[in-house]
Amino acid sequence: MSVIAAATRRTALPTAAARGIRPGRVALHGFLIAMTAVWLFPLFWAIYSSLRPISDTIQHGYLSWPSGGLSLANYQTVWMQADLPYYYLNTLVIAVPAVILTLLLASMVAFACTQFSWRFNLTTLMIFTAGNLLPPQVIIVPLYRIYLSTPIPMLGSIDIGKFSFPLFSSNGLLYDQYIGIMLIHIVFQTGFATFVLSNYMKTISKEITESAIVDGAHVLRIWWSIVLPLCRPALAAMATLLFTFIYNDFFWALILISTGDKRPITSALNNLQGEFFVNNNLIAAGAMLVAIPPILVYIFLQKQFIAGLTLGSTKG
Amino acid sequence: MGDSRDPSRIRVPFSGQKIQIPGTDIELPMGLDLSRRDVLKIAGYGSLAAFIAACGGTGTTTTTTSVTAKGGSMSLGSYLSDAVPKKGLQDVVDAFTSANGGTKVKVNTVDHGTFQNQINSYLQGTPEDVFTWFSGHRMRFFAKKGLAQPIDDVWNDVKSNFTEGFAASVKGDDSHVYAVPTSYYPWAIFYRKDVFAAGNYKVPTNWDDFKALCEQMKKDNLTPIAFADKDGWPAMGTFDILNLRLNGYDFHVGLCGGQQKWTDPKVANVFKKWAEITPYYSPAFAGLTWQEAAQQLLHKKAGMYLLGLFVSEQFVASGNPDDLAQLDFFPFPDVGSQYDAEKALDAPIDVYMLAKKSPTLGSDSGQAKAFLEYMSKGSSQITYWKASPGAIPTANDADPSQYPALTKKAAQIVSSAKRITQFFDRDSRPDFSGPNSMQGFLLKYLSNPKQDTGTLQGQMQSFWDALPPE
Amino acid sequence: MATSITPAREDSPEAGELVPTRRGGYHVLTRYDRRVLMVMVGIPLLLDVLLIWWPTVSSILLSFTNWDGVGSVTAQNFIGLKNYQFMFSGYTLFWPAFLHNIIWLAWLALIATPVGIFFAVLLDRDIRGTGFYQSVFFLPVVLSLVVVGFIWELQFSPTEGFINNAFGLVKSGKLIDWLGNPRINLYSILIAASWRHVGYVMVIYLAGLKSVDPMLREAAKVDGANEIQTFFRVVFPVMAPINVVIAVITTIEALRAFDIAFIVNQGKNGLELLSILITNNSISEASLVGFGSAIAVILLVISLGPIIVFLSRVMRTAS
Repeated sequence: MSVIAAATRRTALPTAAARGIRPGRVALHGFLIAMTAVWLFPLFWAIYSSLRPISDTIQHGYLSWPSGGLSLANYQTVWMQADLPYYYLNTLVIAVPAVILTLLLASMVAFACTQFSWRFNLTTLMIFTAGNLLPPQVIIVPLYRIYLSTPIPMLGSIDIGKFSFPLFSSNGLLYDQYIGIMLIHIVFQTGFATFVLSNYMKTISKEITESAIVDGAHVLRIWWSIVLPLCRPALAAMATLLFTFIYNDFFWALILISTGDKRPITSALNNLQGEFFVNNNLIAAGAMLVAIPPILVYIFLQKQFIAGLTLGSTKG
Repeated sequence: MGDSRDPSRIRVPFSGQKIQIPGTDIELPMGLDLSRRDVLKIAGYGSLAAFIAACGGTGTTTTTTSVTAKGGSMSLGSYLSDAVPKKGLQDVVDAFTSANGGTKVKVNTVDHGTFQNQINSYLQGTPEDVFTWFSGHRMRFFAKKGLAQPIDDVWNDVKSNFTEGFAASVKGDDSHVYAVPTSYYPWAIFYRKDVFAAGNYKVPTNWDDFKALCEQMKKDNLTPIAFADKDGWPAMGTFDILNLRLNGYDFHVGLCGGQQKWTDPKVANVFKKWAEITPYYSPAFAGLTWQEAAQQLLHKKAGMYLLGLFVSEQFVASGNPDDLAQLDFFPFPDVGSQYDAEKALDAPIDVYMLAKKSPTLGSDSGQAKAFLEYMSKGSSQITYWKASPGAIPTANDADPSQYPALTKKAAQIVSSAKRITQFFDRDSRPDFSGPNSMQGFLLKYLSNPKQDTGTLQGQMQSFWDALPPE
Repeated sequence: MATSITPAREDSPEAGELVPTRRGGYHVLTRYDRRVLMVMVGIPLLLDVLLIWWPTVSSILLSFTNWDGVGSVTAQNFIGLKNYQFMFSGYTLFWPAFLHNIIWLAWLALIATPVGIFFAVLLDRDIRGTGFYQSVFFLPVVLSLVVVGFIWELQFSPTEGFINNAFGLVKSGKLIDWLGNPRINLYSILIAASWRHVGYVMVIYLAGLKSVDPMLREAAKVDGANEIQTFFRVVFPVMAPINVVIAVITTIEALRAFDIAFIVNQGKNGLELLSILITNNSISEASLVGFGSAIAVILLVISLGPIIVFLSRVMRTAS
């Protein structure tokens, strides 16, 4: 909890101005401003390229001032031609349920392992944590076979434009399905979320749980109405972080989805490259459109985002 | 397609004399002294040598038989992800839908490279009913693994519309037919006519002239040879043609099939010859895609480009019709070996196949087969070709009078070749042709073409030797 | 921790009864509650074992076969250690890929991570605009590695990229092939990867620095230590738990490296990595499932190192 406090505290430290100008400080700021410029430049260059018409860059080269002005035409092209809105929808369809279910499952495990002592609680935590640290490539081949041989019910679909969102599965399998991608994210991220949430729950006094039990409350009720509300800051932080993780995933969807139109936005970017993003300016526009949602999340939920990361590392 | 039954139009005007191979009903152009073994080998490797041989005068038999069905729906997995061919496919699909009682076709387009890399997973997973693929070893490989559905019934209906060469190219090892060939294209050296005119360049016919031309272009501030190998496969095209010219068709085919060794000094000769032209390549070629190199040719920054006819897609996409009009090509120059006379080249055939594991194939079989039959018609192939002229229709009744000079010339260069291969990654094992095998080996060579290639060749051979039995 | 409530196991006395636990506490869980807890842990555990640990074990088994991924594995598919033999002695790309992972690790550990720590130390002071600087350095962390790859391709592209144009290399024709030259392209994508890694390390380290008792620094200052001495002699040792976390994160990141190399050229021509060899050999047109699994086992064995370090730390703090 102190970490979240630290994250908030950090943004408001007004004392520096009072000290006057010192050469050390000037050099420090000079260095930091230079590094800031270096850090922002690649992003700036991508934005600049994305705003220039291709005819302009062919004629004058990439390193030139815009002669014909800047425009959002490339964004328009990418957005319309590549049906980009649908790919965002693909991501949402996967990420939103995945985040919610991950947090539910992880909080249950963390609750059971931290509020009660039993023989294998540490082992359980270790199984989850270690699973999350494995490189995904270690398990991909057998996982792929499992996905091809697990029957999943087909319960119709919801069609939006040329995209179809099946309930559960459209081919009776986990492979090439939203639900399959959702599932592997849930399982993989539950490891991480369990670790973080159990660290957080350790800080909750056990007396709360104990007295609730003495009062006759069931564990399900204690978990849902007492512990989860106390974990709200941690849950918010984890939701932000998990959403970004899942949004940014490339590998699972690359291997476990074979239908181009079902890919979530990040892995679709690679698929769309040859098809629609035929020059660097369009590629830049496409990359920026994919980058915007996590940047927005970061701008508006920076506190949660950083808290999520640091909770996992500074506690426990 | 107008009066495509007129034999004078169907017969390819430059067809030469023909010979009948005893004991088979394969007809081949004259001037080839082929043994029966050779013929079988050509058949096995999907040769196009008989392209012009079979008389095309019979026209199509478009009788609707019980194997096809109208209406309903079907699905199609496509690697045609670049804008121009994608549009071509959509045109054909739309035409098919209206011709076949409103059959709904669901097209799944996957990026070209991704589609190929994941073909194995794709075919074992939940593939579409019909999928785009390649002939040659690459087709037979998946047929043998039981991932493709034989289509002998479809072929019976449409075979009269194809030459024996094409017929051979779609047969599996079990001699069932697994695909319908729909287009093919040659690999050759492309150039812009206006650039050659402005520089007063002459089309080189032998190696020395070729190198002298490169030298001249370099002086004129042109990149003599556009080259790009970020994708890994384009370099195979150069390897193929040099190996074919220096060491002959038989050796090349043997090398692709594992009967010849990579450690053979003949392979070293290929690399040595290759090193003579690598100095003329585009700078930083290992970081460029084939499209970027095509842009160099298009924008007159490079003089020549060894690639397939599909390079013309980039010229179509430029939007200026004059660009396409300026595009021309010539066959790879003679290198002064005894095999020059073979005029061998890569001319890959693209095909459509049925995926055995498609969950919907059971119900869509009739529609899928109707689509294959539709794709075997000259008129359908022309519809695709009009939007995407990067390849040549295969059907006998495709009306060549519509072709522009470039396509006619492309058909001719293939028919005058005495030996034809598909392309390295279609003629050899897929597990030998990937990014971490042959593509990687060739890039390693290209990073220092002057090197002694002995070690590299040893690595190639030991990789081959370690592959599991097919 | 004076009392804790322990759910009884199935063989324990009837529910509702007070039972002394090892720690001397008491518990009053009903049988129903114990069942609920079991389900709460059991479902996630089952999923984790089925979809992560079972595939891990399967990978090990598959590594002893020459299975091509079609049909089912039969006894004839088992070929003993042949895959390993070929990997270590015949497959020319294994050791380069291994080395590239090591270089990746070394680069992150010796360059990117120290830079991140350095930024954290600089920004830990109460200087004006520290929040802004932090936000900037952290920004790339929220981007996916795919987007990072695309953004840096725009910088490194031979003829159209920023770097070659800015240094006049395009005009002079002396192009540097940042992504195509196998001697330098690994370092090019490491720069891209570092762009993201530095901010990650910085944020975690900053959070740790905030929790260092300011009295320690004051004391060091009184003793006459300068800032560098203070950091290395006082702060760094106190930060030991965070240092372990950073070390683990850095190692895991290096072993997981995949996306950028795959985006740039599918991991060939100098960008071979273990993760990519697994994918390209076993889930590709090639489908050498057995051989790919053998590489996966090597990656697994290497990954177990940092994982065990991390877990032992968790163990220590938990008990």
